Amino acid sequence: MNGLSCQELVELVTSYVEGVLPDADRARFDQHIGACSACVAYVDQMRTTIRLTGTSHLEETLDPALRDELLARFRDWKGDR
Amino acid sequence: MTVDALGDEQSLVAALRAGDESAFVAVVDAYGPPMRRFALGFVRAGALADEVVQEAWLGALRGLDRFEGRSSLKTWLFQIVANTAKTRAVREARTVPFSELGAEEPAVAADRFLGPDARYPGAWATYPDQWEDGPAERLASVETRGVIERAIAALPEGQRLVISLRDVEGWAAAEVCNVLELTETNQRVLLHRARAKVREALEVYLDEEEG
Repeated sequence: MNGLSCQELVELVTSYVEGVLPDADRARFDQHIGACSACVAYVDQMRTTIRLTGTSHLEETLDPALRDELLARFRDWKGDR
Repeated sequence: MTVDALGDEQSLVAALRAGDESAFVAVVDAYGPPMRRFALGFVRAGALADEVVQEAWLGALRGLDRFEGRSSLKTWLFQIVANTAKTRAVREARTVPFSELGAEEPAVAADRFLGPDARYPGAWATYPDQWEDGPAERLASVETRGVIERAIAALPEGQRLVISLRDVEGWAAAEVCNVLELTETNQRVLLHRARAKVREALEVYLDEEEG
């Protein structure tokens, strides 16, 4: 079984965190990060990136004008049925 | 109103077909904001995104009788937004087929690794920092949010749409594949490239802060 290089590992990180790496690749991945603190740091950075991307402030309401417009269209549509 | 509050989908669709305004308002309030963000991912201008959302809802209402429930209502609605937005983007003469993966791009620049003549080719030449030690606090800042948002805005369309749905909106991979008509593999390649670039932007930002 050939070991992964760091450069090869970084290309597998998404498949790894998504849980879709085939077993053999997953084993090579785990073996590598078991011995390489730099790649542990990289994988942690990716997880942090994903977590931070998920904390975006999302507007949870529509602009009232757009909402009213949609409602008006619904009423038109209903009237035409 | 939350998505959970929409109740079971069959009766919801039946209520919409019957012209029940409260059902319509519930769906608009639950899916309207993410639909508008999604439209914005294609057309990139707020006024255009509003038009896309309006057009998409009109299309959805007209097509409601043909909705067979083979996908979820949410997936179906977002597919209509995607199609409307793509048509609109073509009309605005700015379109790149978003499913194109583009050239092979490394997740991390090749010069961060040792070359083929080194004792350990492909090993890190400059190590990635451990972010959790010091920078964690800075990473939680409003400024960091701006760094992430700008990095996402600068991505090619396919990568931008996929990371927005997966990591910003928190969708499952299968949902994203359905709505964007991507294979699982292509969805993952786009996500991989997008995340790698956002990570890189954060790394550059933290290095500047230290320097």
